[in-house]
Amino acid sequence: MSEPVWIAGGGVICGIGATLPACVEAFSRMQPGMEEVQYLHTIHRGVFPVAEVKADNATLAAQAGMPAHISRTALLSKIAAQEAWDSTGLGDLLQYRIGFISANTVGGMDKTEDFFADYLQHPDKGRLQQVLHHECGSVTELVADAMGIRHQVATISTACSSGANALMYGARLIRNNIVDIVIAGGTDALTRFTLNGFNTLMILDQQPCRPFDDTRTGLNLGEGAGYVVLVSDVMRKRLPNAPWCRLSGYANTSDAYHQTASSPDGIGNYLAMKGALDMSGLQPKDIAYINLHGTGTQNNDSSEGKAIERLFAPDYPAVSSTKSFTGHTLGASGGIEAVFSALAVQQGIIYPNARFATPMKEWPVAPATVFSSGNKLSHVMSNSFGFAGNCSSLVFSKE
Amino acid sequence: MNIYIQGMGCVSPQQTAAEGPFLAEIREYEGNRLKVLDPDYKQWIPDANTMRRMGRVVKMGIGAAKLSLQHAGIEMPDAIITGTAYGCLADTGVFLTRMIQRQESALSPTPFIQSTHNTVSGQIALLLGCHAYNSTFVHKGFSFESALLDSIMLLREKTEQQILIGGVDEITDHSHTILSRFGLYKQEPVRNTALLQSTTKGTIAGEGAAFFVLGTTKGAVKLTGLDTLYKPASQQEVSSAIQGFLATHRLSTADIDLLITGRNGNAGEDAAYTQLTQTLFPQTAAAAFKHLCGEYPTASAFAMWMGAQIIQQQQAPAGILYSGTAPQQLNRILIYNQYQGTHHALILLEKA
Repeated sequence: MSEPVWIAGGGVICGIGATLPACVEAFSRMQPGMEEVQYLHTIHRGVFPVAEVKADNATLAAQAGMPAHISRTALLSKIAAQEAWDSTGLGDLLQYRIGFISANTVGGMDKTEDFFADYLQHPDKGRLQQVLHHECGSVTELVADAMGIRHQVATISTACSSGANALMYGARLIRNNIVDIVIAGGTDALTRFTLNGFNTLMILDQQPCRPFDDTRTGLNLGEGAGYVVLVSDVMRKRLPNAPWCRLSGYANTSDAYHQTASSPDGIGNYLAMKGALDMSGLQPKDIAYINLHGTGTQNNDSSEGKAIERLFAPDYPAVSSTKSFTGHTLGASGGIEAVFSALAVQQGIIYPNARFATPMKEWPVAPATVFSSGNKLSHVMSNSFGFAGNCSSLVFSKE
Repeated sequence: MNIYIQGMGCVSPQQTAAEGPFLAEIREYEGNRLKVLDPDYKQWIPDANTMRRMGRVVKMGIGAAKLSLQHAGIEMPDAIITGTAYGCLADTGVFLTRMIQRQESALSPTPFIQSTHNTVSGQIALLLGCHAYNSTFVHKGFSFESALLDSIMLLREKTEQQILIGGVDEITDHSHTILSRFGLYKQEPVRNTALLQSTTKGTIAGEGAAFFVLGTTKGAVKLTGLDTLYKPASQQEVSSAIQGFLATHRLSTADIDLLITGRNGNAGEDAAYTQLTQTLFPQTAAAAFKHLCGEYPTASAFAMWMGAQIIQQQQAPAGILYSGTAPQQLNRILIYNQYQGTHHALILLEKA
């Protein structure tokens, strides 16, 4: 049950780059992805900056090798999952016992929105093709089928922590000898449904977001997909290159406080970080860097800061929110940030937190503001906290 | 390590949420849509304002979850895991409709807040004040099975736990209209009690919630096995998978006292069940359940509830049998369900 699970590779597409190397380049050049809406059809264009993937569906479809009429959520997913797989050098995927565990929150909602506009005119109207892949699970299956994955296919949806939970479930499948390899992470396309939903909650910033800054007033939405490739200890020996790192700890807890808000003291956040540390057998001082959930809302950053204080004070690891570059990619964020965190261990990267100027009153600790690589990072933590109280933390370790 | 069903609760179109004999009467419905018989949710959700904001699917989930906790005699589980293919369809529909009709202006947050797929698991945790593991699987005909597999793996990691796990899905007017356009449901007049004898295409829509408390200490029913098969290439692959599954548990088809299949009145799909039962289980009594709860992606949760009840009560109600005669001793039940030909699942239950 405690067999080690290794990270053999990863892939990301998001608002700062169409590949993982492009994303790292954007971090090193301090180029966040928030811009005026370009591709989404919404009346909020010009009001809320978003971190869109800078390509239309036809371009993404060509890159993914899939039809252009399917959901953008699936196109993004396929591109990142394929990059993740290719990065392992394991060759033909069909020869392995492999699973695809993908998280998302919107499924094919981008297409359903178009369908519904016609359907509301008359129940016989609207092209059925547009709702065929509405379900979250359909998006996962489109990608699994395109890649030829059949052994285990599952979809998780726990709001903003979804992607992280896909890694935990994937690791369990390997430890239970159900599969040897799992491509795990998440995907979400920007939709009017989520943009308007977050707008009703009044937590969207009209400026580029400022996570962990005292002047923060909300989050920017983003879109994208990110997947790691988890492998068993046996498969590790067949890798052409050394694995990036090991998934040494994880925990999932519930804040059990409010449907959309975090508890003031971040009890769920604290328990998730503590649980992940306990599983990895580490002490707080062993963590060299935390990739924060760090949405930029008043509530999240304050609760997350309080929880970190309770667990880590007085000696804090380096921290930063990569959402200050990628925006909040919802169901994808746990997957994207898992890839960033795993790569951080491999290459000693500490990612910068953009636009930080004034420490928060609640937790006056300054995040890293410049990109650096070659640091010695033995253990890195990634936090993902979501609606309905879902809190997850992952720990990646060098050995 | 054995895994036991220590508690169970079910909210369905049948009289399953109230005290009384187990499926003594099959409730009869006309039409191609079976609606849940709502129990009095006030008994589990004390705050009236909270309950008013909750969608039907959330209340169904809470009802079944609370019943299963009561049955297990516990108040606080060590994990909460839900499988739901569609999630909160009603609130999703409300927010989507308003967003389009009001052109993205003057929207209220409540339906958006209640629309996320993890609302059921989240609201159960909130109601119980439960900080433990909490997850939601949303994978079509494998939503419940993935949640069940996660529970089994969690128990193997740490045996001294009690896990609350269930499956739930709802029908709404919009979803019924749209799924009908895909040709899933019968167009002619239909009665659920005559569904299994139907010779036409299509089935009837259903909904419901079934939750369980699983643990590794004593319980009346053992959850012995679970397996899934995604998009099998042929009927032969399904047969081999069933035989392989039984062989893993050192059983043959003759060891099964009762087979529960996902037969749903769709002539095309039912022919596959018939062929399979005739070749693999020629002597075995077979039961069905979708004439009770309708067809929906997490209907296998209802089947597991029904199978566990049969073993616990040592009684197979007359209204569920499709072929053969149930033996006196009901020690071992195999559930074989398939959803739209793509998602095949096997669940093995045994008397403890």
